[in-house]
Amino acid sequence: MNPFIVSPSPHIRSDRTTQNIMLDVIIALCPALIASVIIFGWRAFIISAVCVASCVLIEYLCRRLMKKEQTITDLSAVVTGLLLAMNLPVTIPLWVAVFGCFIAIAVTKQLFGGIGQNFANPAIAARVILLASFGSYMTNFTEPFDYAGVDAVATPTPLVQLANGGEVPSLLQMFLGDKPGCIGEVSALALLIGGVYLVVRRVIKPITPLVFIGTVFLLSGALGANPFYQILSGGLMIGAIFMATDYATTPSTNWGKVIFGLGAGLLTILIRQYGNYPEGVSFAILLMNILTPQIDKLATHKPLGGKKVEKHA
Amino acid sequence: MLKLNGLKLLHYKNSQDAQTVDMPVPAVVRIPMVQHMGAPCVPVVKPGEEVLAGQLIGKSEQAFSVPIHSSVSGKVKAIEDYVASSGALVKRVVIETDGQQRWIDGTPRTVSTQQELVDAARDAGIAGLGGAGFPTHIKLAYKDVDRIDALVINAAECEPYITSDYREMLEYPDDIIEGIKTVMKCLNITKAFIGIEDNKPEAIALLNQKVQGTAIRVEALKSIYPQGAEKVLIYNTTGRIIEEGEIPADKGVIVMNVTTVANLHRFLTTGRPLTHKRVTVDGSFVTNPMNVRVPIGTMISDLLEFAGVDCQMVHKALMGGPMMGTALDTLETPIIKNNNAILVLDEAHARIPKTTACIRCGRCIDVCPMNLMPAALEKAYDQQDTERLETLKVNLCINCGSCTYVCPAKRNLAQKNQLAKGLLKRK
Ligand code: SF4
Ligand code: SF4
Repeated sequence: MNPFIVSPSPHIRSDRTTQNIMLDVIIALCPALIASVIIFGWRAFIISAVCVASCVLIEYLCRRLMKKEQTITDLSAVVTGLLLAMNLPVTIPLWVAVFGCFIAIAVTKQLFGGIGQNFANPAIAARVILLASFGSYMTNFTEPFDYAGVDAVATPTPLVQLANGGEVPSLLQMFLGDKPGCIGEVSALALLIGGVYLVVRRVIKPITPLVFIGTVFLLSGALGANPFYQILSGGLMIGAIFMATDYATTPSTNWGKVIFGLGAGLLTILIRQYGNYPEGVSFAILLMNILTPQIDKLATHKPLGGKKVEKHA
Repeated sequence: MLKLNGLKLLHYKNSQDAQTVDMPVPAVVRIPMVQHMGAPCVPVVKPGEEVLAGQLIGKSEQAFSVPIHSSVSGKVKAIEDYVASSGALVKRVVIETDGQQRWIDGTPRTVSTQQELVDAARDAGIAGLGGAGFPTHIKLAYKDVDRIDALVINAAECEPYITSDYREMLEYPDDIIEGIKTVMKCLNITKAFIGIEDNKPEAIALLNQKVQGTAIRVEALKSIYPQGAEKVLIYNTTGRIIEEGEIPADKGVIVMNVTTVANLHRFLTTGRPLTHKRVTVDGSFVTNPMNVRVPIGTMISDLLEFAGVDCQMVHKALMGGPMMGTALDTLETPIIKNNNAILVLDEAHARIPKTTACIRCGRCIDVCPMNLMPAALEKAYDQQDTERLETLKVNLCINCGSCTYVCPAKRNLAQKNQLAKGLLKRK
């Protein structure tokens, strides 16, 4: 008699796997990747390829070293590599990019136990560390369509221009991505296409991005800035759509997501208006990542028909 | 009104048009003495004794138990021990059938009081036929009967594949309606709801026609799993929430399965207790899905043979649905009262997916009908943190399996909750 498989119910499972979720995120980042190549040239693609390869390799080595099961096939390292690349200027020296990958994968992700365990978004953490340690490389932005790569003429981003009262691109240029900035963050259009894809595929809920961007819009308007410029500049779109929706480092309940979006929006504006940095999205998300366990506690679900538990002394 | 979480599943109701066919009496039946929640029955027949179909063969002195009747006529061959799928050691009465299927003389009865109804339910041998196996007469014997004002009939049948309740509705709608009326009359209940998932439009239309001019209402419910879970069903039909530690009757509701209520009516009109059960036979590779009326005690292997299922292909066999059913370790297991389906899966469908790390995606939290936090519960169980398990209300988990189903990391969340409940009990 053939031995039957005996296991607890349920006996059917959905088709969703960690791997196909990550694949969807990769697909959702493709418009931004394509836009980056159009706007900044092939070097944008090379940076992305190097980051993806480094992240996967570093993850592989970490798991080997820690004698843990290999996880590179879940594709999460590919996502991190791609996201980090999108957050770098086209002029970045490749070794700095690789260093960023090390921060993202080895320090932020694997040291804390791997996928799902990290408290900060690896790509955000890497971006913030790089900004702090290689500030000049990280802010060496160039004009769009000046395909000279590393040798291109440096130019300030619209946010810097706004802060200094300089000349800024038109709103349409801002929306399409015809402006200086990190390779993947400039084209709001490309990022929105990716965002819609993720929502349609139910990989993310639109709550956090909407609340986050909405808060920035209203608050900056209230503070007298042009809200349209505020939501289209810097890393807001990529941050709100791709980083503030990261599963591991943001709250898992709907109310938690609302709180996260509000907080991140508020912090972004505070930093942009009053801080030392013209850009605040990364810091805002990072700070909210740190608060996520508290938000999660605040926003836990109330069980249906559950009675209060009396605390035993 | 608050909307409960749920899950859209593929229905696989392949057998919905399969009219019930009677399974010929097998050569031997083995009737277990526990087919319900509660005290086991003691056999009241001895080896060598002749029995008739419908004859009492097992009973218990305890109130929380349901008597057991022979499903065939023939001779008692032996009384043997076996390990039930629940893991318990149970006695069963082995009867060699004589092929004549001679019945007891059943006397119809009329009931008009709660006590008469309770006695009838008990004598009918019925216990929650939807799957739980809770003794029906206990439910009906609720002390504070004046409090009860609503009868909810569970006809949701939210599990994929299963259509046995559906066939009951199409084939015996009058038994259902009459049964409901009897319960309403005896318990003085003024309103009744039949909750049916809206993927069964024919049953909804038919019953709607039958309830014209009565206090019974047919409620078409969204086909969202687990619509048939008691608390979910009560909420979606009456809007009442059953609090922790309460039974439905505390909120004035009695829930009965649709086939249960029809069987109750049949007992009253024929005097013949529950001896047969309609079982859906289907699965991942079954080409001819069926609904079979099976004598209780029939071996599943005999049933599958009758249904033309190639047992060599079976890698997993389920008693019940794919979400909450029990996996069997052998086909040499008898059909009991609360079986409503036997499903068989081939190798590809039986494979258990590999579990990976939780990615905190929140999907499990989004689907839990009880609004629990399965990912957090699992963590608490892994840390054996009983206090946290209590705060997170693991005891409210109805083991519907939705969380495990959606988890992309394929974590066994529902199972962990059952283990956690055990942990709390031992504490
Ligand atoms: S099995 Fe329990 S925890 Fe999981 S979804 Fe169902 S009720 Fe919620
Ligand atoms: S569904 Fe699975 S992976 Fe997602 S939060 Fe729940 S346990 Fe974690």
